[in-house]
Amino acid sequence: MSLAALTRPWAATSYGFLDASAKREIRRKMIKAIAVPGCQMPYASREVPMARGWGTGGLQVTLTLVNPRSVVKVIDQGADDGVNAASIRRFVSRVSGAAETWDTLAATIVQSRHRVPEEVMREDQVLVLQVPNPEPLRGVEPNISIARQMHADADYGKLWLTLYEQIVRKGRIMQGAAYPSLVNGRHVMTPSPIPRWDVPKLNMARHLTFLSAGREKRLFAVPPHTRVEPLVFSDRPYLVEDHADLVCRRSGISGYFMNELPQDDGTSAFEVSDSNLGIKAIRHAEGEAVEIGATWYRNGEMSQ
Amino acid sequence: MSLELPLPHDLLAPPQLMRTEPLLTMRSISRRFGDVEALRDVDVTVYPGEVLGIVGESGSGKSTLLRMMNLEDTPDSGEYSLRLPGREDTNLFALDRYQRRMLCARHIGIVYQNPHLGLLMNHSSSGNVAERLLIAGERSFDVLRARAREALDASEFPLSRMDARPAELSGGMQQRVQLAKAIALEPALLLLDEPTTGLDVSVQALVLDTLKRLQRDRRITMVLVSHDLGVIRTMADRVMVMRRGRVVEQGLADQVFQDPQHAYTQQLVHAKL
Repeated sequence: MSLAALTRPWAATSYGFLDASAKREIRRKMIKAIAVPGCQMPYASREVPMARGWGTGGLQVTLTLVNPRSVVKVIDQGADDGVNAASIRRFVSRVSGAAETWDTLAATIVQSRHRVPEEVMREDQVLVLQVPNPEPLRGVEPNISIARQMHADADYGKLWLTLYEQIVRKGRIMQGAAYPSLVNGRHVMTPSPIPRWDVPKLNMARHLTFLSAGREKRLFAVPPHTRVEPLVFSDRPYLVEDHADLVCRRSGISGYFMNELPQDDGTSAFEVSDSNLGIKAIRHAEGEAVEIGATWYRNGEMSQ
Repeated sequence: MSLELPLPHDLLAPPQLMRTEPLLTMRSISRRFGDVEALRDVDVTVYPGEVLGIVGESGSGKSTLLRMMNLEDTPDSGEYSLRLPGREDTNLFALDRYQRRMLCARHIGIVYQNPHLGLLMNHSSSGNVAERLLIAGERSFDVLRARAREALDASEFPLSRMDARPAELSGGMQQRVQLAKAIALEPALLLLDEPTTGLDVSVQALVLDTLKRLQRDRRITMVLVSHDLGVIRTMADRVMVMRRGRVVEQGLADQVFQDPQHAYTQQLVHAKL
């Protein structure tokens, strides 16, 4: 009797590029991250066929979550058609059998760099953000061991101090992206490099958000219905980017986050940053039947 | 207040200082660093509103003792309590990290000899003061600004430079920023670790003058460590002389300087004067 006779014939036991043990490790860390909202969980960060810093953290979380019934949308700076976004989306689909989409409403997993989609996400959707620097204290405390102690002590005095000094020096808070935000009243996180415009979308959101940094080997999460409060002084209100009145030159919609395109004559043109929303708006204007979901911002005001 | 003459038994009672409950009590503190005995069975009591001066040569254990008062270090044995509301009978060395940090931030102010220890050199001076208030939970920018200004003003820091980084300031100004930071939350106890050492004599006199004025106006309890007898003599109500980790003599400042009992103190006083 040979060994082959005693064992089952070989068959693939895993899909989605990562092997089962790697997925299991990430899944355990994801559960931990959900259990302690905003707290950074270290994980192994395996090799994926992409350079570190190009979204490997987000990709690993996506590959762990994905299954053949998933529908995957990948955005890069709001656009679905960027080289990086298209390549990641095709890769995920090829290794898992998941369907690809550009439509936020159709997706079950949205992997994103820099933006949260403008259309409101639902309970059955997961947002995966690629994070370059997961540590909000890095700017004030280069020593990561001390930074971890500061998180444990909830010692965020120095973060507040940088905001104080921005107001003293410039008269307003200059922090544009990755605005430090208090999650569930306990841990301060840096919500990826998303603009200030997108931070209120994470507050009490219906969807689950994972933020994963592949190079730094850390992931953290904002569970559904969790408070995300940007750090602000009680007498200096939180201001989002001044985009409420800008009009998209291609789709004609306004009240959303815009990309600024410098023109030859020194002026700027604007295009809506969430490209699929722009496409839908154009199709709608041309008379096609497209479903545009409810958006977080309406007429440039946060609606929830 | 009645204007009657005190009764005879009041005249015989111990002086006011003795009847007040001490603010700070340290009992039989011992600390070894390897073979070196830094402190041995040291007892300290400090009464509210007084200035206790600790003198001694380098290595006598005075800075170690001050670090313990600021809860930066724990002894091998001994107890430490401060009369703070709700904390009267707590041995502060038994508190956990978080409680210690909060207690230090709110109730103990410290001025180090080396401003790099006490200040964030690359943040503004007013920011350094505001950080204390931020840790204590103040979240209004205008209040932070006003209170930082007030504390810097009280330590006689030139307000035109309140947003300069301490790295750009002179030594005396850096000490004033440290002082403003220490007094911003009106601490119960102010610790001064050689606050004027390294400053030139005229600046030293000005900083001491500020300290003296603060002490008079606010009745802050201070513990002042110095090897400079002149500084101790100007500032302190009571003096403790330390040598090789032990207290060799203590008493009222004038008494110790006029009539030193211990041979080491005699040597010290005569060498100085």
